[in-house]
Amino acid sequence: MISLILRRLGFLMLIIWSASTIIFFIPRLSSVNPVRERFAELSRLTGYAPDDLEKIVQSFNKQFGLDLPLWQQYIDYLGNVITLDFGYSLNRYPTTVVELIAQSLPWTIGLILFATILSFIIGNLLGAVAAWPRAPRWLRNTALPFVLLMGVPPVLVGVLLLFFVGFQLKFLPLGGAYSIGLLPEMSWSFALDLLRHQILPALSLVLGSIGGWVLTMRGMGITIQGEDYVNFAEHKGLSGHRIFFDYYLRNAMLPQVTAFGLALGTVVTSAIIVEGLFALPGVGTVLINAIRANDFPVIYGIVLFITISIAVIMTLLEFLYPLLDPRINNE
Amino acid sequence: MTISTAPHKPQKTGWLFPFLRYLGRNKSLGIGLVILLILVAFTLFGQFFVDPKDAYPLSVPSKRPPSWEYPFGTDFYGRDLMAAMVVGMWQTAFIGVVAGGIGTFIGVVLGFVSAYFGGWVDASIRTVCQILTPIPVMLIQVVVAGSLDKRSVTIFTMALIVVMLAWMGPTLVIRSQVLTMKERQFVSVAKLSGVSDMGIIFKEILPNLLPFVAAAFVGQIFLAVFAAFYLAVLGLGPLREPLLGNIIWLAQSQGAFFNGWWWWPIIPSLGMILILGSLALINMGLDELSNPRIRRSE
Repeated sequence: MISLILRRLGFLMLIIWSASTIIFFIPRLSSVNPVRERFAELSRLTGYAPDDLEKIVQSFNKQFGLDLPLWQQYIDYLGNVITLDFGYSLNRYPTTVVELIAQSLPWTIGLILFATILSFIIGNLLGAVAAWPRAPRWLRNTALPFVLLMGVPPVLVGVLLLFFVGFQLKFLPLGGAYSIGLLPEMSWSFALDLLRHQILPALSLVLGSIGGWVLTMRGMGITIQGEDYVNFAEHKGLSGHRIFFDYYLRNAMLPQVTAFGLALGTVVTSAIIVEGLFALPGVGTVLINAIRANDFPVIYGIVLFITISIAVIMTLLEFLYPLLDPRINNE
Repeated sequence: MTISTAPHKPQKTGWLFPFLRYLGRNKSLGIGLVILLILVAFTLFGQFFVDPKDAYPLSVPSKRPPSWEYPFGTDFYGRDLMAAMVVGMWQTAFIGVVAGGIGTFIGVVLGFVSAYFGGWVDASIRTVCQILTPIPVMLIQVVVAGSLDKRSVTIFTMALIVVMLAWMGPTLVIRSQVLTMKERQFVSVAKLSGVSDMGIIFKEILPNLLPFVAAAFVGQIFLAVFAAFYLAVLGLGPLREPLLGNIIWLAQSQGAFFNGWWWWPIIPSLGMILILGSLALINMGLDELSNPRIRRSE
């Protein structure tokens, strides 16, 4: 048991190490110097071009330790990654990247949790129903449109929802986290306003991801139907309700949780882009603004942070398996 | 005393009719191919009807809603969206085919090497794939695209960025197929009769793998188009080109919906849905073709 945990943790370390190494070396292979890029942009916008730009660049290089030999930079960097220190934002200088992430992370986590739980529940129920021979025909066919939506990126679903629900029907707001002019406060009207702004982003994530759950759950349901223990339960006279939840859903849970772990990377990427579309103040909008402003430490910091979190969550999920399926005991 | 009927002539059947009949059975492949053909026709013949120059800024009056003159309207920067769709879809197809082709090629080569020779080669290729798979590829591509000089990003560099971390899928698929194929009898027979390694790979195994290679190719095209689209939506595409993702990004940064220019983001979104939808359908159909075991139960 302990050796297994150690092996998993070692593999986790390996993933984090290789991701951070890729993120360290790729920008250094390119010819773009972030500091010079930033000054070039400043002078483009303000018309002020300092004469001794090279001197400024050099002093910045010294301050950020960019004049040290590459191996020393690499070792310092790995140390920083372990302590989750991603440096300062170039664009909003005294703010560190970690502070930016900490400010925006609750929004992103909220959106992802809300959307994932919703689509997991709806998708699994629809999938199980689609394989359930006693379900009425119309109920079995409700799954079909969601399967068709699977190939469509959530951001496109978002654009269509914006057009039909936000623009044509004017039911829901077109973007932002809360209405302009409102101050964040603890009141029902503000909470309601907040919720109204979250519906479209969550919906665009949910609609596209239901299909995946439906398909795997349906496949699983069809295989489980032929199993002896289900036949036995039916002949024993158990209620359909009992068979459905205890014999059917319970057995399909483990592969579904595995699939969830594998899909996590895609889910997070989609959530980030959808946030950008709806201008929610989450990690995605911070990332898009950083890309727009050439704020390189923020881009690399956010990417690294997300990669590490996904790797950690996937490892935690693997430790959950024995709880979900007592037949596995991690030996 | 039997009456002889006309001599039985072998029926001449071309490949077309059985193919069409198969498409009737494999609906997702059929529908996907039809949509894809329409899109290809649109971007191919569209080149003759529109001026490709109109797909770039400052060539037509800006912010016109769809009309007879501009069927898809024009955007804030003065692009004719009709021309932009024709050129953008062509570029999307280019990225898809180039990135998908290179990705599949790398996957087939590595998968073959890994499965056929085994040993430490197999172990190291497999470990690299296992480490890279949980890393969200899209985000690493963001780092690569972000660290390039934005002025020098072209359609071709987009394709290369996309393919850089997208060869693991086909590698693992081809590897597992070669592993099962290697143990089949016809391979052992060929080996015993002294066929060389290369001979076995190219004459015995590869032809049997073609359906899987084709499925992997379509899957890679889908992923490449998807990834290039995401990069462009994040503002990392070649900003001047009328890629569909770029147009959506520009529309969003100009607040198209707030200003009432609804056609600007909607047109490229619908185009992208059609492209990705048709590829996904073809992919599902090919899965069914190459693996009849997962045929639908109904």
